[in-house]
Amino acid sequence: MDKLFHIQPSRTVAAITLSLGLILGAGAGSANAAGGAPKPEKQEWSFNGMFGTFDRGALRRGFQVYSEVCASCHALGLIAYRNLEDIGFSEDEIKEIAAEAEVEDGPDDEGEMYMRPAIPADRMVPPFANDNAARSSNNGALPPDLSLMVKARIGGADYLYGLMTGYKEDAPDGFELSEGMNYNTYFPGHQIAMAPPLDDDMVEYADGTPATLQQHARDVTTFLAWTASPEMEERKSLGIKTILFLIVLTAMMYALKKKIWAKLH
Amino acid sequence: MSAPGKQKDWKNPVMNWIDYRLPIFSFIENSVGSNYPTPRNLNYWWNFGSLAGVVLVIMIVSGIVLAMQYTPHVDYAFDSVERIMRDVNYGWLLRYVHMNGASMFFIVVYIHMFRGMYFGSFKAPRELVWIIGVMLLLAMMATAFMGYVLPWGQMSFWGATVITNLFSAIPLIGESIVTWLWGGFSVDNATLNRFFSLHYLLPFVIFGLVFLHLWALHVHRSGNPLGVDPKTEGDTIPFHPYYTVKDAFGLGLFMIVFLGFVFFAPDFFGEPDNYIEANPLVTPAHIVPEWYFLPFYAILRAITFDIFIIPAKLGGVLAMFASVSILAILPWLDRSKVRSARFRPVYKQFFWLFFANCILLGIIGGKPAEGHWIPIGQAATAYYFLHFILIIPLISKFEKPLTPPDSISAAVIKAEPDNGGAS
Repeated sequence: MDKLFHIQPSRTVAAITLSLGLILGAGAGSANAAGGAPKPEKQEWSFNGMFGTFDRGALRRGFQVYSEVCASCHALGLIAYRNLEDIGFSEDEIKEIAAEAEVEDGPDDEGEMYMRPAIPADRMVPPFANDNAARSSNNGALPPDLSLMVKARIGGADYLYGLMTGYKEDAPDGFELSEGMNYNTYFPGHQIAMAPPLDDDMVEYADGTPATLQQHARDVTTFLAWTASPEMEERKSLGIKTILFLIVLTAMMYALKKKIWAKLH
Repeated sequence: MSAPGKQKDWKNPVMNWIDYRLPIFSFIENSVGSNYPTPRNLNYWWNFGSLAGVVLVIMIVSGIVLAMQYTPHVDYAFDSVERIMRDVNYGWLLRYVHMNGASMFFIVVYIHMFRGMYFGSFKAPRELVWIIGVMLLLAMMATAFMGYVLPWGQMSFWGATVITNLFSAIPLIGESIVTWLWGGFSVDNATLNRFFSLHYLLPFVIFGLVFLHLWALHVHRSGNPLGVDPKTEGDTIPFHPYYTVKDAFGLGLFMIVFLGFVFFAPDFFGEPDNYIEANPLVTPAHIVPEWYFLPFYAILRAITFDIFIIPAKLGGVLAMFASVSILAILPWLDRSKVRSARFRPVYKQFFWLFFANCILLGIIGGKPAEGHWIPIGQAATAYYFLHFILIIPLISKFEKPLTPPDSISAAVIKAEPDNGGAS
């Protein structure tokens, strides 16, 4: 090798260019984060990490928060009542929960549409018949479906938790808040149509968990993480088995490769 | 390819009977078997070709099964994908494999291409292997773009709108071409339907191109890290078992990474916005393509000024297409007789600079086109093209390469262990 190139300046150049790009990138990224909203704080979630699962208590409480608070405006269109079995509700409980809502069915033998109580196979009944009905009851704002919310926002569960706990009663000095809007630290642009949805003692938990605003937000976020990725626990457990198998197989392939190539010398 | 008369006498009489009439076993033996001589010094960068082939098969198989459950209609597409995720047995696995498989395909193919550029695999007599490879990249890009539209999320819809609108930059007939592509006056059901049809068709075109790629490869066979042709029998080893087992080991490592994403970070490469159903009335704050298009997207957006009579928009589109097609003439831009960068001290420097510039372009492509990103993107774009049209021809003219060893076996036996390559 030529002496001049022993120190490999080429790679140094590459490394410098790369790190420069990354630094520039990181700088612009934080300055740009959609409308200047700060990054929501990282939370400890039961479902984080390779071995994370959904905290069963939080799921149940979260469902309670959703049905008693959120469900009056937000649909959960991708979830059927029967899916609640996955998070520990019994068949009878689910039948009872479903029967509280009414769905349109038909046409019957006379050709008429009719209302009947929902059954476990039905999707959760939305609060409004359509988007226009939803808008007219909400000052023109459309409360989005929450089924995929945790996957559909940058920051995921941390963002949702931040949003629900990030309301400020008064906007900071100099911030022009429009009529009927609310100030939120983490919402892009800070102006959100949704009034603060949660407060202390909003829901009375059956298991005696203290009913703080933070607890409500934590529980309902866990529940919505499940509605977004109901396959998560099965996925991770299959994943661990698969990766362990692959590590053993690959190690064997490496040994075999060594053995076969040893003959070459 | 198998030559007549090169049939082996198989121990199994049934195989012999078949092989005499249809020499399929001899064909395998002569293509990837013990009768295919391969340079003995290939390093692990040579694993990525066969990996790309495996990923293609994974994509076709998972895609065919997904198509059995998917509904290509604007009213049902988004929900049918969510139905696959929730109600189809192992549907989430199929979909996450297909989704992450696309990213893996590009990672593998980009490494495969950089390997070719570093070790001069594109040089005579393998120019056609390289050119077919560039065609493969184009076909892959078209397939990936149309596949991304199918889940009908916000990024699907707006990505499709932005990219199809590029064709409107063509003078005079541009607008008509866009209407023709859409099958209407906006990205709508007709667009989704034809994209689904083409997304199913193109992988088989890719498969055909792969066949040509391998056919051309098998005429002059694999290059190698030293870039010198095998001369004696000692320079080569049979593909099987040496490289079959090495590829199998590499495949194992690759699957650990690939399935690691599938099982533990399936949305790592994705955009959260694509979990919102497409809505023509709401434009996302930042429309970004998938990561593997970002360098080309940066080049597209770098042309913010008119060039003589070419308006900026058309200039950007031309630059973007040129950035891929210029690869096809690389064998004639680089006239150095020495293939491998190991013996090309100057080229080696500029190879890494080019590599870093590609990464930089990728970073720029993911940023909003504002502030200091615009001049940085323009500089990186200029450098991208300068590398091909100026730097490479000049280097190949003035560089004094080192003397490569006389033969593979001479170098390998002297310098064991030498598997590092470009690492």
